[in-house]
Amino acid sequence: MALLEVSNLTMHYTTRVGDVMAVDSVDFTLERGRALGLVGESGCGKTSIAMTILKLLPENARILGGQIRFDGVDLVPLSEDQMRKYRWDHISMVFQAAMNSLNPVYTVGDQILEAIQHHMPMKERAVRKRIAELFNLVGLDPAVMDQYPHEYSGGMKQRAVIAMALSCDPSIIIADEPTTALDVIVQDRILKQIDKIREELNMGMIYISHDIAVIAEVSDRIGVMYAGKMVEFADTHTIFKSPVHPYTYALMSTFPSVKGDKRELVELSGEPPNLIEPPLGCRFHPRCPRVTAVCQEQEPVFTEVANEHFCACWNQRS
Amino acid sequence: MWKVRVKLTAKSLRANWGMFAHSKLGPIGLFLIVFFLLFGLVHPLYLVYRGSDKIYDPVVGFAYDLLPEGNPHPPTLSHPLGTDILGRDILGQLMHSTAKAFMLGLIAAGFGVLISTLVGSIAAYFGGFIDSVFMRLADVVMLFPLIAFLVALSAAIEITLFKLAIILAILMGFGGTTIILKSQALTVKVKPFIEAARVSGGGHFRIILSHIIPNVLPLSFLYMMFGVTTAIFSEAILSYLGFLNVRMSLGIMIYTANDSGYLIGSRLGTYWYLWLPPGLIISLLCAGFYFVGRGLDEVVNPRLRER
Amino acid sequence: MNNTTVEVVDLKKLFPMAGGLFSRKVRYIHAVEDLSFKIQEGETLGLVGESGCGKTTTGKLLVKLIPPTGGHIYFNGSDVATIEGGALLREYRRKVQMIFQDPYESMNPRKTVYDIIAEPLVVQKVGNIVERETMVAEMLSGVGIVPPDTFMFRYPHELSGGQRQRVAIARAMVINPSFLVADEPTSMLDVSVRTGVMKLMLQLRKEFNLAVLYITHDLAVARYMCDRLAVMYLGRMVELGETEEVLQNPLHPYTKALISAIPIPDPTFTREAIPIKGGVSKPVDPHPRCRFYDRCPVATDGCEKLEHPPLEDKGSGHYVACYEV
Repeated sequence: MALLEVSNLTMHYTTRVGDVMAVDSVDFTLERGRALGLVGESGCGKTSIAMTILKLLPENARILGGQIRFDGVDLVPLSEDQMRKYRWDHISMVFQAAMNSLNPVYTVGDQILEAIQHHMPMKERAVRKRIAELFNLVGLDPAVMDQYPHEYSGGMKQRAVIAMALSCDPSIIIADEPTTALDVIVQDRILKQIDKIREELNMGMIYISHDIAVIAEVSDRIGVMYAGKMVEFADTHTIFKSPVHPYTYALMSTFPSVKGDKRELVELSGEPPNLIEPPLGCRFHPRCPRVTAVCQEQEPVFTEVANEHFCACWNQRS
Repeated sequence: MWKVRVKLTAKSLRANWGMFAHSKLGPIGLFLIVFFLLFGLVHPLYLVYRGSDKIYDPVVGFAYDLLPEGNPHPPTLSHPLGTDILGRDILGQLMHSTAKAFMLGLIAAGFGVLISTLVGSIAAYFGGFIDSVFMRLADVVMLFPLIAFLVALSAAIEITLFKLAIILAILMGFGGTTIILKSQALTVKVKPFIEAARVSGGGHFRIILSHIIPNVLPLSFLYMMFGVTTAIFSEAILSYLGFLNVRMSLGIMIYTANDSGYLIGSRLGTYWYLWLPPGLIISLLCAGFYFVGRGLDEVVNPRLRER
Repeated sequence: MNNTTVEVVDLKKLFPMAGGLFSRKVRYIHAVEDLSFKIQEGETLGLVGESGCGKTTTGKLLVKLIPPTGGHIYFNGSDVATIEGGALLREYRRKVQMIFQDPYESMNPRKTVYDIIAEPLVVQKVGNIVERETMVAEMLSGVGIVPPDTFMFRYPHELSGGQRQRVAIARAMVINPSFLVADEPTSMLDVSVRTGVMKLMLQLRKEFNLAVLYITHDLAVARYMCDRLAVMYLGRMVELGETEEVLQNPLHPYTKALISAIPIPDPTFTREAIPIKGGVSKPVDPHPRCRFYDRCPVATDGCEKLEHPPLEDKGSGHYVACYEV
């Protein structure tokens, strides 16, 4: 059984100007010890999915349907009290720009201590020992535990935040743009570190990023998101070498690379749509080079097109 | 070209009005202001209606028509709010004083905010020595002993409402509001579009006038509303305490009543028409401008808006 | 033979650091030091490096948003480094323009698209009202915002990120400059939108025969946009050469490490990252020796004792500042 199974998940926000369909009928699975990459542009819903899985939604958000099965248990109907047992202890998250949300007036060690004691009562000595363990795991010198965030470099802050997410031994970590603000060399090290941790602890990982190159290197399977819908889901190799959804194909062709042939980049016209009034039918149709009449009227269904390869398109590539 | 600009301005005014109307306090305040503005403007018509200036002039009139009964006189048909201790029609005084209060408030706050906006923007833009000078000046102004100054001044010259308006304008202009508007100007100054304006070739004054000030003005307008409240209220208190020698104002009305001993003990109830009408108008007028200010808060500060 | 539009010689910029409560000695950040390069007419030079390497500061120096501490900036032959204001500066601003990184914050939110693009024309007193309207409309079409009349009187918040950046490009180009400094123009745009803007810039570069300084931390983008690359580290240039040559055959140990760390969007490609210790710091009163010494995997005792290595031509215009190459 998969560690995490999301089926037909739908969530929307209510705003003064209308309902934002942030996540629409999304399906995917995550196996223990494997890494899933969610890739897409701004507003595609990748962060919203993470917040929905953890049920960390604001007041004006509502889950309209679907299931989130963690180890067989559906999280959707759980109350807030029940959810608290799952958050951090079983499913944990490194939020976008978390490294910038470290409280500047407390030492990093104190902040992790607070997070740990909030979830399991432990004596301070035991907690500090645990923090030292975690620091070693993420590649930080335990001695810096008692320093303040401003004394840490960007890479160190990110490692500290990852340590915090690991503190209660979760089985899944969701990392939302974990290396976006970091320089390339630091990014490389952190990604390697995260991968090492995943293997050592046999954890499931969900990476969220707009950077296809990063997703290519860290994920076993990839879900491509567009305007709140998942348009393609397959293993990494398939997504890059034989994508069938026109958006996936366009995304791959639009990314320059430092290695390989210097090929011509393909321009994608238009911009990602407004989620309050998304286009009728397939949400990608205004920008799609393969658009036909049916695309403008009916939303394509997310179906299995090959072994463990899913796509939602009327005119997919072959 | 200008046709399009007029259309655009109308469009943005309509959008802002929508937000303003949506706030609960704003429209109430606006109603109060418009009501009292009309109230004050109607005074000349009132005098015409009443006919006799000898009786109804707010400063030098005398209720000859009520003789031989004494003054102050409780409300009657010919004097709906009665007369004060010098026999002057109170309703007429109220109208006249309300109009003057508007003038005082708008001049004091208007010029005051004009000065703060300019000074704040210049200080923010140039920084360094100019900034220090204006900020130290603001510190001095905020500590200024207004009352002592006015007492001394009133011994030397006659302080009319207009002169008071100018004094308040200068104090408000170089005082605390400057610091607030300067910090707003600073948030604008560090934005990349200011650098872009410099790269386009803009000189200092073009950038200040065309880029920084327009982005500070919404906040200026907000503080102008609060400034009017401050001006009207300050005048009321200063007149009440007898520090001004204005001939007629809302504050003077209460001062006159108090000075002649009509506000002590049980007289407070009997002679309510001497202090309640002006007091009420001062409060409502100040509240009106304050509410408009609060209503504008949402328009000016996008972060306060509901999602 | 193309002319040299811009030549920078020994450019230097120091920023004083607050010394602390009791210290009297002022420390300096050596943001840019001993920087020299040329850009020909019609050529795009990429300035690449990690954060804090001095590339953005260099961009601002070349556009004269900040004054240099030392060195020369030759524009079409004349040294503009010491110009502070007046007619000379205005002349310079007619020829040299900049595109900023943030499409949201680089425009005054209270101005219409027309006002934004027309600003350089107004300030430089080019044309009358009617002529300007035509020029702005033409420019809008030129950057792919059509029909221009629909967009001219919109406000920035009504435009998408990609459209805003196109307007920014129109603003820079409307005055017909000969040199453009682009500071990370696509890094804040959505991925699917970047290509369009990049292609637009390439097209305009050809059309106007512009010299361009393209500042970016993304080497993949630099590969696509630039003819030559200059790699900066802690304020100094460590490698310079033709783009493909530098990317496929890097010589400086920092460049090698940097390129090896870039993720490749190809799951069949195995990448060998060259490990280097430590992280980037600020060049505060740096030691006169090579600034990469502390982290360099091939540093020798010689490197510790000698001054910072000069840029040397290692063959066919590929310059490196290293003793161990």
